[in-house]
Amino acid sequence: MKKYLSYVLFVFCIFSSAYAGTDGSNELKKKNSGEVKDCFEGINRGIFAFNQVLDNIIVEPLAKGYRYLPSPIRTGTSNAVSNLSLVVTIPNNVLQGDFGLAGKNTGRFVVNSTIGILGLFDPASKIGLNNYEKEDWGQTLATWGVSEGCYMVLPILGPSTVRDAAGSLASYMGGDAWYNITVRNDTRYVSDFDYYSSVAANGIDFRAKNLESFQNLEKNSLDFYASVKSLYLQDRRKRIANSDDITETMDDSDWEEIETQ
Amino acid sequence: MLAKKINKLFILIISILFFNTELLASSKEFISKLTTDASKVLARSESKDQKMLKLKNLAEENVDINGIGMYTLGKYRKSLSENQINEYKSLFREYFLKSFSSRLSEYTDPKINVLSEEVINKKYTIVFSILEADEKRPEIKIDWRVYTINPEKLLVRDLIIEGLSLARTQREEFNSVIQNGDGNIEVLFQNLREFISK
Repeated sequence: MKKYLSYVLFVFCIFSSAYAGTDGSNELKKKNSGEVKDCFEGINRGIFAFNQVLDNIIVEPLAKGYRYLPSPIRTGTSNAVSNLSLVVTIPNNVLQGDFGLAGKNTGRFVVNSTIGILGLFDPASKIGLNNYEKEDWGQTLATWGVSEGCYMVLPILGPSTVRDAAGSLASYMGGDAWYNITVRNDTRYVSDFDYYSSVAANGIDFRAKNLESFQNLEKNSLDFYASVKSLYLQDRRKRIANSDDITETMDDSDWEEIETQ
Repeated sequence: MLAKKINKLFILIISILFFNTELLASSKEFISKLTTDASKVLARSESKDQKMLKLKNLAEENVDINGIGMYTLGKYRKSLSENQINEYKSLFREYFLKSFSSRLSEYTDPKINVLSEEVINKKYTIVFSILEADEKRPEIKIDWRVYTINPEKLLVRDLIIEGLSLARTQREEFNSVIQNGDGNIEVLFQNLREFISK
């Protein structure tokens, strides 16, 4: 475990220092305008195009098919994958100092995994353990003051930043209990297949919920890559701030300059 | 005499309170009316083209297209000549109306509940609403940035869907197009022309 954590920190430090060293204005710009540099734009656009092909051939057709499943099956799938994400959320709640939320989410996990039959149902929401927000290692790094670094597009996984990629790596290096008991360790009851099925189900469920939005965005974009990048970065900022209050997460300064009346 | 003065004061206080409530309620009411009108258009059994035309009219009337256009230019706003600004405004208007009506016309009879509002400053109020879930998609939070500098003529300047600003997304998209065209605004104009003629 220690070995893996050291590895994650090492990789992270290499990445952070490499990109901090490339341009001193990067940090300043981010603080002032929320801009994240696209240091590998050429490569990112290539991977983005590859991911789009993959999406067109595999993910989108599966998501369309998934829509035909009866509503209780879709809801059950969505609940189950959401319940599994709690094993990453809870330690991150603790590391972010949200002990109350960690307790609430633990209660949610226990109730839904037992009474809710492995998370297929969501009785926890009915007893006040609702409004669940996912947390991950990238968000924790952000709350510790680690800046985003450059924007990246990962094969299959999609948009990310250096910080979020390091966070994802932490999940695969012991930071995700579900991954640990399915892929990293041999157990009698669960296997690699269960893990990858849950990841696939999560992706297809998300894609199915956003079919029209994606189509619409692609159809009406001058630069689809730039739109997806912008949406991803805005979404991460909102999640890290743990706020739905847009006045807290948006920079209004540019709007103040616009006068048309 | 004193009773008369007290009466006048009472009437004045009531008037101020009433007037303020009217002002506070106006952004919310403006969005309620706008969403109701848009829903009516979308629920009609008309062709997509007819619906798009009506949606364009609604947008012309209720959206600050020039304001969004200038915001969308970002840092390039200050470096354009008067002629370029005029050309941009005209192209952006056509682009916006086409993309706005095309996006909305995909929905049939959307149900939007306008919930509350938050005054940010004298220029802006955010109106909070919910697009109800249907068979295909979950419930979606939609917030509206209303430009309130002229209380007689409120205008929408941004839609924030689940915390993601459409104007900001568009600004970053346009800036990417200009940047990848070596900072040449003509590249954006060309892209806009191509989109409009599609």
